[in-house]
Amino acid sequence: MRHLIASFSIFAATLVTGQPAAADLRVLACEPEWASLVEILGGDNVTVNSATSGLQDPHRIQARPSLMAQARRADLLVCTGADLEIGWLPLLLRQSTNGAIQTGQPGNFAASDFVTMLDVPTRLDRSQGDIHPYGNPHVHLDPNNVAIVAHALADRLTELDPGNSARYLSRNEAFQARWSEAILNWEERAGPLRGLRVSIYHKSWVYLFNWLGIEEVATLEPKPGVPPSGAHLADVLARVQSQPVHAVIRASYQDDRASQWLADRAAIPKLVLPFTVGGSEDADDLFALFDTTVSLLLSVAE
Amino acid sequence: MFEPRLPWILLLAAIPLSSHGQTTAQELAAVREELGELRRDYEARIAALEIRLETLLSAEAAPSPPQPRAAPRVSPVAAVNAYNPEIGLILDAEWREFSRNGADENIPGFPAGEEAGIGAEGLSLGESELNLYANIDTRFYGGTTLAFVDEDGESGVEIEEAYIETLALPAGLSLKAGRMFSPIGYLNIQHAHTDDFEDRPLPYRALLNNRYADDGVQLRWLAPTPLFLEVGAQVLRGEGFPASGAANGGKGAWTTFAHVGGDVGFSHSWQAGLSRLSGEVEQRETAGAVFTGETKVDIVDFVWKWAPNGNPTVRSFKLQAEYLRRNESGLLREGNVVGNLDVDQGGWYLQGIYQFRPQWRIGARYSTLRADDPGLLFENTVYDPGESRPRHVSAMVDWSSSEFGRLRLQYNRDSTSGDTDNQWLLQYIFSVGAHGAHRF
Repeated sequence: MRHLIASFSIFAATLVTGQPAAADLRVLACEPEWASLVEILGGDNVTVNSATSGLQDPHRIQARPSLMAQARRADLLVCTGADLEIGWLPLLLRQSTNGAIQTGQPGNFAASDFVTMLDVPTRLDRSQGDIHPYGNPHVHLDPNNVAIVAHALADRLTELDPGNSARYLSRNEAFQARWSEAILNWEERAGPLRGLRVSIYHKSWVYLFNWLGIEEVATLEPKPGVPPSGAHLADVLARVQSQPVHAVIRASYQDDRASQWLADRAAIPKLVLPFTVGGSEDADDLFALFDTTVSLLLSVAE
Repeated sequence: MFEPRLPWILLLAAIPLSSHGQTTAQELAAVREELGELRRDYEARIAALEIRLETLLSAEAAPSPPQPRAAPRVSPVAAVNAYNPEIGLILDAEWREFSRNGADENIPGFPAGEEAGIGAEGLSLGESELNLYANIDTRFYGGTTLAFVDEDGESGVEIEEAYIETLALPAGLSLKAGRMFSPIGYLNIQHAHTDDFEDRPLPYRALLNNRYADDGVQLRWLAPTPLFLEVGAQVLRGEGFPASGAANGGKGAWTTFAHVGGDVGFSHSWQAGLSRLSGEVEQRETAGAVFTGETKVDIVDFVWKWAPNGNPTVRSFKLQAEYLRRNESGLLREGNVVGNLDVDQGGWYLQGIYQFRPQWRIGARYSTLRADDPGLLFENTVYDPGESRPRHVSAMVDWSSSEFGRLRLQYNRDSTSGDTDNQWLLQYIFSVGAHGAHRF
């Protein structure tokens, strides 16, 4: 009975204030990599939800009712930005009735605002496929970018929840120390990956390849966001046969058939990389994501 | 602490001792041992220093940890045009072939609005839509959807929507004002270019003239609960069918609506709703019948979507159903029939859309209508359904060239009136420029 009364008073408080009784900062991350980073920096001072899982294409989800309900209650929205979420986030923001997370508010954090973008197109035309005007948005696959975003995110958490600023900043300091050590370790292990030649499904890996010195020879999508066609696959096969590659790579959420086709025809290994936290069983946080990615790439480097 | 020459001093000090007979040999051995110990000690220390030097050097060569960049990226382009609204153009055209000569636009028993028909046979341009939307400032969003229509050789512009909406009212409230689609039911608020079939299901055509849109004010509240729950109400002018004549001093219609929704795991999501439209009808003229009175439409809607792991790029399924019921009561005047009418009409549809591979979808839809007999007095008026039981079955397949283009082939078996009509429809829908996110 007492339990029931307690639950009811929490419910009533929630109804009245729109906030849970606990003083947690409620964070909605658009992608699991940022949810993982918020967890690391926010610890028990935040409650974090991710709008997408590691098995979903962040370009292509819908503004589902459940996301609307989450956005309504969020104090902070942490997204990639750079138009990655253009297909659903603007609608979600408008329908959320939540002034705190609108564009331009402190409660709206876009990771791509803080890093140097690669592949910024010089010409915009949809005949070039679904290209992003601000550059390739998959910035989290260079761990140096993650470190930069962590600094900015710690500052943002501090701004929104000044009472706990010391905690956010010290967690960030501890994270940065561990992270830079981890980067040294990954770079040392990834030495043999320099000059590795691969074929990919979608341009998801620009930042990873730029960091590790991997060369992208062919892309299975004829243009970004356009599913592979038979004619284009034949071109890719011809290119891969004249300029041999070590592997064909796709993210776990991308369609397998084209990669499998190329792997069979060109007799090269097919590699499924987690792409983000939760993209594979091993990749359960940011550290594990890069550990796994480097290990998987090394497995085809010999 | 040790000087490199120390062993030599010790060695020199030991030399004079060597001249002292038998003890000298033992002393010599002791000194040698001591000297060896010192040398080993020194070598170890030098090695340690060398390792330290090496690590310091390599650390210097390694990249320094990344520096935080406090300032966000600034776009080099700061042209005046950067503040222009998002501009999007929808292009749509059809090719319709009917088996029956000249489609009968009327559905027996249902006084229908102008848009309720299925369109002209042959080749024709549909509505081209121009969308202009943007955030107005930190508090408001707004814009307009203009439809370019061409009817009987006359081109014109219709304002489909033109509204402003608040972004930052407290407590989950939001206010919208202007001309807008009512969020009653599921399909009503969706723009036609996002529809899964070329035509709207029968109950929407017959009871709402395809959709209810009107001028007015809307208040909506989103509950702070993990389950999606929104409730809202509108006060509207009362000009859109089935309301008419902007009664009650131009406040002739009201709607109330509630939607709930959520996820089941990552692969399933759903939404359900309950809504009502109440309108005053003044001198509504349909097919020679003039009606003045009240109209009330109740809608129950349900939609369920599935995609493996919530990732709809390859395969997905959508099931959608709505039930609509309308009550009209008031004075009907048609020819020499004049009398007070009170009639219930209703209908429902059920449709499923399956995306079986990227870019390809198939779908099927069944919709039907039912109208009560309005009584002897109203025999052979627009409210008299006679023996007809309108039914409509559709099947479609569509191919999307990208998110911005779609070609659709649709077959309708249309039994809304006496004869069954076999209809073939070929349609394209293309989107140019900014393309807003679609609703769930």
